[in-house]
Amino acid sequence: MSQSKQAFIPIGPYHPLLEEPEYFKLYCDGEIVREVVWETGYNHRGIEKICESKTFEQVFYVVERICGICSTSHPFAYANAVESIPGIEVPVRAKFIRSIVGELERIHSHLLWVGLAGHFLGYNTVFMWAWKYREPILDMFEIITGNRNSYAMFTIGGVRRDINEAQCQQLEKILDQLKPKMDMLIGAVMDDPVIHARLKGVGILTAQDIKDYGAVGPTARASGVRIDVRRDDPYAAYDMIDWKVITAEAGDVFAKAEVRLLEILESIKIIRQCLQRLRKENGGDIRIKVKEIPPGVGIGHAEAPRGEVFHYVKSDGANRPVRHKVRAPSYTNIPTFRKSCVGQTISDAAIALAAVDPCYCCTERMAQVFDYSNGKPLFGGKELIRLSQKKTLDIQGKR
Amino acid sequence: MVKELFYFLVFPGLLFSAVIGGFLSWFDRKITARVQFRQGPPLLQPLYDFLKLLLVKETILPKRGSQLTFLLAPVFALFGATMAAVFILLPAFGIATGFAGDIIVVIYLLNIPSVSYILGALAAGNPLANVGASREMKLILSYEAPFLLVLLMVVIKAGMVISFSEIVAYQQANGAFIGSVSGVIGFIVLMMCIQAKLALVPFDMPEGEGEISDGITIEYSGTPYSLIFLAKYIMLFVLPALVVSLLMSGLPLQGWHILWSVLKILLIVLLITLVRNTNPRVKIRQAMRFFWVWMNLLALIAVILAIFGL
Repeated sequence: MSQSKQAFIPIGPYHPLLEEPEYFKLYCDGEIVREVVWETGYNHRGIEKICESKTFEQVFYVVERICGICSTSHPFAYANAVESIPGIEVPVRAKFIRSIVGELERIHSHLLWVGLAGHFLGYNTVFMWAWKYREPILDMFEIITGNRNSYAMFTIGGVRRDINEAQCQQLEKILDQLKPKMDMLIGAVMDDPVIHARLKGVGILTAQDIKDYGAVGPTARASGVRIDVRRDDPYAAYDMIDWKVITAEAGDVFAKAEVRLLEILESIKIIRQCLQRLRKENGGDIRIKVKEIPPGVGIGHAEAPRGEVFHYVKSDGANRPVRHKVRAPSYTNIPTFRKSCVGQTISDAAIALAAVDPCYCCTERMAQVFDYSNGKPLFGGKELIRLSQKKTLDIQGKR
Repeated sequence: MVKELFYFLVFPGLLFSAVIGGFLSWFDRKITARVQFRQGPPLLQPLYDFLKLLLVKETILPKRGSQLTFLLAPVFALFGATMAAVFILLPAFGIATGFAGDIIVVIYLLNIPSVSYILGALAAGNPLANVGASREMKLILSYEAPFLLVLLMVVIKAGMVISFSEIVAYQQANGAFIGSVSGVIGFIVLMMCIQAKLALVPFDMPEGEGEISDGITIEYSGTPYSLIFLAKYIMLFVLPALVVSLLMSGLPLQGWHILWSVLKILLIVLLITLVRNTNPRVKIRQAMRFFWVWMNLLALIAVILAIFGL
C-alpha cells in the first residue's frame, strides 16, 4: 500500500468542519480513509508563559481565555491547583456556586456540540434549534456573573459574586422552561431514523482504544469507560449532591451524542440541587481571604465538558507562579482519530473527527514550523526574539 | 428564428425561469429560516447574490487543471438548464410546439447541468472537487433509473405518448395522474429524484459542506460561479414544473388557473424545503442503496399498477 497511489484529502487548515485552524491530512483509497496525519500549531499563543508573568489572582482571567467555550473549566482546574498548595478549604457556598457555573457551562458546551454536529451532517435545523436553546443558558450566566462568556467568577479561596434568593428563583424558572425543550431536542435527535443510519457504527472506539490513547471525558464514557473527575476525585460540591455518571457502551458517534445529550439532563439535575442548597443555607461566606501562596507544587483537575482538564502550578512563595502547565482534554482525545477514522469513508471520518468535540485553542501549547524544502525547523526561540526585537525597532523607527 | 430566440432568452427560457427560480430560491430560504427560528433574507437576496458574484467578486482560476473546461462548464450548465426550461415549460404552459418526442430530449437536457458540474470539478484539479465529482457521478447513476421508470409510468398512463403537450392535455381532459395509486407512488419517487437532482439535503453529498467544503463547486468564484447560481435557480423552477406537468396536469395560464399553477409550484418547492430541513445528509452508499433498491422497487410497482390502469 504505497502512499503515492492514495488520494490526499485535506481537512483544514481552514475548513467548514473546523471552527478553528487545524490540519488533518486524510490519505484515501477512493472514499476510504487509510491514514490520518494530524498537524497542529496554528493557534499557539504562549499562554503558559504569560501566566508566569501574572499574579496568582490575575492568572484566572488569563486561563479563562484559553478557550471561549469551556472558559470556566480552566479557572476551575487552576483554582483547584492553586488552592491545593496551601491546602485551602473553600466555603461551602462557594463550592455550590462553582458547581452551578461549571454545570451551566457543560450544558452550553454540549448544546453547542449538538448544533455543530448537526451542521456537519447537513442538518442545519438541529444546528439552529440547539443554538437557540443555548441562549437561555447564556442568559443564566449573565444573571449570575454579569457576562455571557468569560465569566470572571472564580478567585483564590472562593467565588467573586454571590447568588441571591431572587436570582435563584430566576434561574429555577429558566430551568423549568428549559427542561421540556431539552427533552424535545433529545427526542428529536435520538429517535430520528436517518440520524441513526448516519451515526450508528461510525468511528467506533473500544474501551481498549480509550485506554491505549488515554482518552477522557464523554469520548471515554461513550465507550463504556466510567471515568469522570467529578466522581473519581470530587471537587467543589460534586460529592454533596446526588448525580450519576452517564455512560454508553457502543463507542460510536451516536453513543457520544447520547452521552452528551443525557449529560445535559444530568447537569440540569445538579444545578437544581445546588440552587436548593443555596436557598436553604442562605447567607455565609463566598470566599476566604488568602494572604499568600507558600512555596510548593499544586495539581488540580476538573471535568471540563470535553473531559479532564489538568493544571500544574509551581510556586516559590512569591506572588506569581514560576511554572504553570495546562493539559486540555482534547490533547488526549485527538490522537484517537487514528483509530476512529482509519477505514471509514470520508463522510464518516468527518463526523468522527467532530465527535470528540475537539477544541484546538485549548490543546495547542507549542508550535514548531518546518521549512518544507529541507525539512529543518524554522523560527527557534532565538529567531523569534530577534524577529520581535526587529519588529519593535521597526515600529519605533516609523514613529 | 426570432421566436425560438425569444423562447430561449426571454420566455420561458433564461430571463423568465431565472426570475421565477430566484423567487423560489428566496421562498426556500425564507421557509428554511422560519423553520429554524431565523428572520430570513429579503425578497431580492437571490438577485443580490447573483449580481455580487457577477459584478463585484473577482474570478480566481485554479492553476492546475484545464482552465478552459473549468470556465466553460458553468456555461454548459446554464445552457442545459435553460434548454430544459424551454422544453418543459412551453408544453406545461400549453404553448404548442409541435415537437412529439420532447420527453426523450428533456431526459438528456436535465442531466447536462450535473454533467457540467462534474466536468468543471474535475477540471479544477482540487482533491475535494474530485471527491465531489465522483459522488455526483454515483448520485446520477442512482437516481436516473427510478426517474426513467416514473417517466415510463406517466407515458403508459397517458396512452403511450412521448410528448409533454399530449401528456398535459390528457391530464387536463381526464384528471391529473396524481389522483391514482400509481400516480401517488410515482410522485413520491419523483420528489426524491428531484431532491437528488437539485443536490439538496439529504442528497447533497456532492457539495457536503461539512465534509468536503462545497466539493463540486469549491474552486468556483466570481462570474463562473454566478452562472452556476443562475443554473441552480432555473433548475429549482424547472424540476418542480416537470413534476407538475408529469403528474399534476401542467401549469395552465388562463384566468383563474394561473393561481392554481402558482400554488402547485409553491407546494412542490415547500415539500422540497421541508424534506431538506428535517433530514441530515446521508452517505453516498446509503443514497445509492436507497435509490437502487427502494425507489426502483416503488417505481416498478407504479409502472405495473399503471399497466393495469390503476
